[in-house]
Amino acid sequence: MVERRPWLDAFCHLLLILGVLVVSFPVYLTFIASTQTAEAVVQAPMSLLPGGHLLENYAQVLAHGTETQSSAPVGRMMLNSLVMALAIAIGKIAISLLSAFAIVYFRFPMRQLFFWMVFLTLMLPVEVRIMPTYKIVADLGLLDSYAGLTLPLIASATATFLFRQFFLTIPDELAEAARIDGAGPMRFFVDIILPLSRTNIAALFVILFIYGWNQYLWPLLVTTQENMYTTVIGIKRMMTSGDAATEWNLVMATAMLAMLPPVLVVIFMQRWFVKGLVETEK
Amino acid sequence: MEKRARFRSLWLPYALVAPQILITLVFFIWPATQALWQSLLIQDAFGTSVEFVGLANFAELLNDPYYLKSFRVTAVFSIAVAFFGISIALLLAVMADRVVKGSAFYKTMLIWPYAVAPAVAAVLWLFMFSPSIGIIAWSLKHWFGYEWNHLLRGDQALWLVVGAAVWKQISYNFLFFLAGLQAIPKSLIEAAAIDGAGPLRRFVGIILPLLSPTLFFLLVVNMVYAFFDTFAIIDASTQGGPIKATEILVFKVFNDGFRGLDLGGSAAQSVILMGIVIALTVIQFKFVEKKVHY
Repeated sequence: MVERRPWLDAFCHLLLILGVLVVSFPVYLTFIASTQTAEAVVQAPMSLLPGGHLLENYAQVLAHGTETQSSAPVGRMMLNSLVMALAIAIGKIAISLLSAFAIVYFRFPMRQLFFWMVFLTLMLPVEVRIMPTYKIVADLGLLDSYAGLTLPLIASATATFLFRQFFLTIPDELAEAARIDGAGPMRFFVDIILPLSRTNIAALFVILFIYGWNQYLWPLLVTTQENMYTTVIGIKRMMTSGDAATEWNLVMATAMLAMLPPVLVVIFMQRWFVKGLVETEK
Repeated sequence: MEKRARFRSLWLPYALVAPQILITLVFFIWPATQALWQSLLIQDAFGTSVEFVGLANFAELLNDPYYLKSFRVTAVFSIAVAFFGISIALLLAVMADRVVKGSAFYKTMLIWPYAVAPAVAAVLWLFMFSPSIGIIAWSLKHWFGYEWNHLLRGDQALWLVVGAAVWKQISYNFLFFLAGLQAIPKSLIEAAAIDGAGPLRRFVGIILPLLSPTLFFLLVVNMVYAFFDTFAIIDASTQGGPIKATEILVFKVFNDGFRGLDLGGSAAQSVILMGIVIALTVIQFKFVEKKVHY
């Protein structure tokens, strides 16, 4: 605190509270809509107090989906989202750890080539090469499978860079000591590199879990069967073009369920989240 | 930077990089090459005839009024998203940096929208602004006499997607600004305060210049975000409509390719987009390197 300015402090608090309210309002509204009947939601203006159908709506979507549109149970979708998010997070971390280890601790022909090849992936968002990637996945027969959902998103330049940067800061003496003690490269990797990378892995995991859970375009294309939908795709399929036909209370209950896991991860793993976010962008 | 201590093995390093390289080759390099090649071909929708046409697809694109319009829409959209996202986040970060009580609470409450999927954010905003049932559309009409109907009016549809995109991006910008603000030495601020500079003077004269690296970094990141990560927002809310008023470039690539089945044209658009990404990435890396060598 540099100086006392009670009025300025009050103004700051006021603005921050306003900011928090504006940021939270869409989600509050979503929650309210998810506790009401379909009829109550479409009456403009909708009530801003919670209705009495909370459990009913959530039980309905978790077990049976919506009544008129998609009848796929959201419980199954949540499972798909979870599998996808975990597979992408764990897969990315695993292959990036291995390749960063190879690039830092070995010198071998074509090392630079590999490094640049990985670098290239950083530059090509899925959206840009979507048509040919879809064709390859279709040709490999991976549509409507977890492998098709996750494999194309698993290569990651960012994670490889992060681990490479981190490995470069590990003192050389550790590797020398390990070699004198007769440890091979894999022993060194498992016993020394992995434990040292724990915080980096945790931070990256949080970011990648959110990234995987929130994927939209790729699962939209790759999944055609209802039992392979992810939650985010499920919401899209539940909406119709007309407002009256959409069962907004159920759509909003699903939206709440789609937001819950990643938001909880951010709130409860905030330290890792902030670290991961700030470091992956360096 | 190189390691002094290394391990020796003829096959192990290759085995270690193999998974990464394999996935990169199959799902990144190969499709990107395909897109490049496809952009030089014209194919009918059933794939029965293919003709090599050189750069004709690109020439056609540059003469296509819809494509040029899409460029304009993307420019307006990304500038609006970057401008509002950055300025609102900066304002909130400066406030949060100043207050002592409750700053942890404010921080938590302002960063969680990062975890909301773009598609879900779009649905939330769609619901608030729905012309028939949306509570904000209703309030605008009954309290201010302003008719909101983004299904008919392109400018309103664009504001809707900008709103959803900014709402989601504020938390990200906020975190980086807060980190940047907390890295500014307090002694500088105190010295300025002793010299009689008020809060506004200190902000303009000291804080803003010291934040400029963060500001520039966020500008690039927000541009990339608006260009590519907002596909889900557009597709889940306006689908590029009404009359292509919200059809940004990345949405058009998808729409022309998957729905319009114009493979050559879509691939040519992909190639142009790749060029834009590479340019933005190079700018970003140039900048990051500069920051490191200070």
